[in-house]
Amino acid sequence: MGVSTFQGGVHPYDGKELAMNQPIVEIKPQGLMVYPLSQHIGAPAKPVVSKGDRVLVGQKLAEAGGFVSAPIICSVSGTVKGIEKRMTAGGSIMDSIIVENDQQYEAIPGFGTKRDFKKLSREEIVNIVKEAGIVGLGGAGFPTSVKLAPKDIGRIDYFLVNAAECEPYLTSDYRDMMEMPEKIIGGLKVVLSIFPNAVGKICIEDNKPEAISKLTGMVEKEEKIEVLSLKTKYPQGGERQLIYAVTGRKINSSMLPADAGVIVDNADTMVAIYEAVCETKPLVRKILTVTGDAVAKPGNFRVPLGTNYQEIVDAAGGFKQPPEKIISGGPMMGIPMFRLDVPLAKNSSSILAFLKDPVSAQPATACINCGRCVSACPEKLLPTMLMKAAMKKDMAAYEALYGMECIECGCCAYVCPAKRPLTQAFKEMKRRISAARRASQAAAKKNQEKKDEGKAKEVKKS
Amino acid sequence: MNQLLHLSANPHVRDNITTSEIMRDVMIAMIPTAVYGVMQWGANAAFVILFTTIAAVLAEFIYQRCMKLPITITDWSAAVTGMILALNCPPDIPIWIPVLGAFFAIIVIKQLYGGLGHNWMNPALGARCFLLISFAGKMTSFTNVGADGVSGATPLALLKADPAATADLSALFLGRVPGTIGEVSKLCLLFGALYLIARKVISPKIPCIYIATVAVFTLLFGGRGFDLYYVACELCAGGLIFGAFFMATDYVTSPITPNGQIVFAVILGLLTGLFRLFGGSAEGVSYAIILSNILVPMINRMTIPKAFGREGEKK
Repeated sequence: MGVSTFQGGVHPYDGKELAMNQPIVEIKPQGLMVYPLSQHIGAPAKPVVSKGDRVLVGQKLAEAGGFVSAPIICSVSGTVKGIEKRMTAGGSIMDSIIVENDQQYEAIPGFGTKRDFKKLSREEIVNIVKEAGIVGLGGAGFPTSVKLAPKDIGRIDYFLVNAAECEPYLTSDYRDMMEMPEKIIGGLKVVLSIFPNAVGKICIEDNKPEAISKLTGMVEKEEKIEVLSLKTKYPQGGERQLIYAVTGRKINSSMLPADAGVIVDNADTMVAIYEAVCETKPLVRKILTVTGDAVAKPGNFRVPLGTNYQEIVDAAGGFKQPPEKIISGGPMMGIPMFRLDVPLAKNSSSILAFLKDPVSAQPATACINCGRCVSACPEKLLPTMLMKAAMKKDMAAYEALYGMECIECGCCAYVCPAKRPLTQAFKEMKRRISAARRASQAAAKKNQEKKDEGKAKEVKKS
Repeated sequence: MNQLLHLSANPHVRDNITTSEIMRDVMIAMIPTAVYGVMQWGANAAFVILFTTIAAVLAEFIYQRCMKLPITITDWSAAVTGMILALNCPPDIPIWIPVLGAFFAIIVIKQLYGGLGHNWMNPALGARCFLLISFAGKMTSFTNVGADGVSGATPLALLKADPAATADLSALFLGRVPGTIGEVSKLCLLFGALYLIARKVISPKIPCIYIATVAVFTLLFGGRGFDLYYVACELCAGGLIFGAFFMATDYVTSPITPNGQIVFAVILGLLTGLFRLFGGSAEGVSYAIILSNILVPMINRMTIPKAFGREGEKK
């Protein structure tokens, strides 16, 4: 059994009071809608509309480009203006479908029809989730339909709803729990119907007692669903930490949760599954928090996918004063943004704006070997020694110190009294090693092909 | 939005703790024992503390200025080194000796190896050992409490010289014994240690294992049978408490791995016991710590923990 927490971790200022009591407000975007073709992990989607087409809410704009991929669904009604290269929140340039919003929000036939999931087969449910374009809404964007179809369905004995929301400042999952708990539980019931041996656990950090008591009351009569209160500590919502806290099982970088008999999905993903399966509403929106000390009216918003970030910020009253830093996501793992003229995608996260950037205010000094990073690391790594390997770009030493197990949670850099950019160095090093591995694999493949060719020729000669 | 936004990798928030705060806490923790030393031995002790600390900071400033390095004296680390060295000197020592030691500690042991975080030996203890070898007489002439200018043997030396001798434990604990300026008052030292533990600057792990190892070693090889009073006197005598809490816990020169810290503390205890009971001098803490410092890189390498989820794997 689990221990409701994990080793290591940190307790940053949580800043949730800024937005946690603000009900979710619906945003109706005015500007152009932009749908990048890659809003998920896996192959980019392939467009199925062309310039000039009239499209409706719920209509498929692009289909999945492979098994690990997800279709893209239109969130407004209007006209396709073209497929152009646009910048995403992460800063990359990507082919995107541009739709001019006619403000009618006319939906495709059947959109919003109630359905009873108990009458659907397992394959039908997985297919609905796939066609609805649902991906993990916690930020990684892994296609949910793939998660719902592991090799051995019977081996899955835990389905965890990740509602820890351990990132400071973010409150969108909390609002989901307060405003639509029945959808989270409904979504969980849907997925539990796929896994005959699994029990459902809704995992919430104990700094959200109202959400815990609300959901606990609602699942009292459910045999296979339980609400778990976890110790408040970052990164409690990290996949490996959550699995360990609940089940006591440990997974590493070369395993999937399913290898340990566990599937983890975010709370908002549960809502999306419920809406897709029981209400015939594919994934066209995201719940996100706009917060931080630079935001005039911090709050939580239901935003159609494709909406421009500037419009979302405007809905929160704009900035009090120009911020020094804008982050897409939480303060521990979010990505800094250099412009707001980017579209909201499935895998983007909340918007956080700080008046002052605490990172650039504190230059890095020498490591004093204090070991705070070692105690904080939830993966039991030695960040100070990894940093030495990273600075020398010594890949062998970095791997020998288990550097590839780093989950980039940011705890080491957070606690460092010398303000060293540890997490940054590890992210770079991991990508460097992954690239080297890919290159050597490609080279090996080429060599093998050459050999095979040579053999084939020899056979011909003889 | 016309101004440029800041960009940096995650995390975007940082804990408030800084290196200089940690070092300042170590200074604060040494104040009780320093004040006790000055009250007991008078003006010369105060001058030793003052000038050695200033000399250490000055040495760092001069070196960094000459080598055109960024000046880092505001991080308090040089002051900590100077202070520890001063507290490790006899109260009536001529001031130029610890001042010379401070320059040696900062320039030879710390800066020549790359400055803060790169020295492989505790600078203050390295300098103390340098002074012990260079000025053996002056460094081991301890003043008797209450008798001005009369030097006497430390309780540790008495216990060693005569197997039948006993010491006064309460005097040892309170500090009414000859010794260096900062090592005698165990009460004041433990106050400082508690402050450091409460502020999470140090963990009690290394000091406790170190002291426990010395206790067991003394009990086994002290030659006095099962004499717990004698063991308690040995623990309270000399620089063990000061060394365990303030020098063995030095971040830079102690292991980073959880198991390595245990190994380090046990080695410290064994060496201290060995030097004290079987060595030429009565005291062994300083040499035990600097010798163990040299082993730290090897201890680290041999005790790398397995990552989360990789515990069952073979290396």
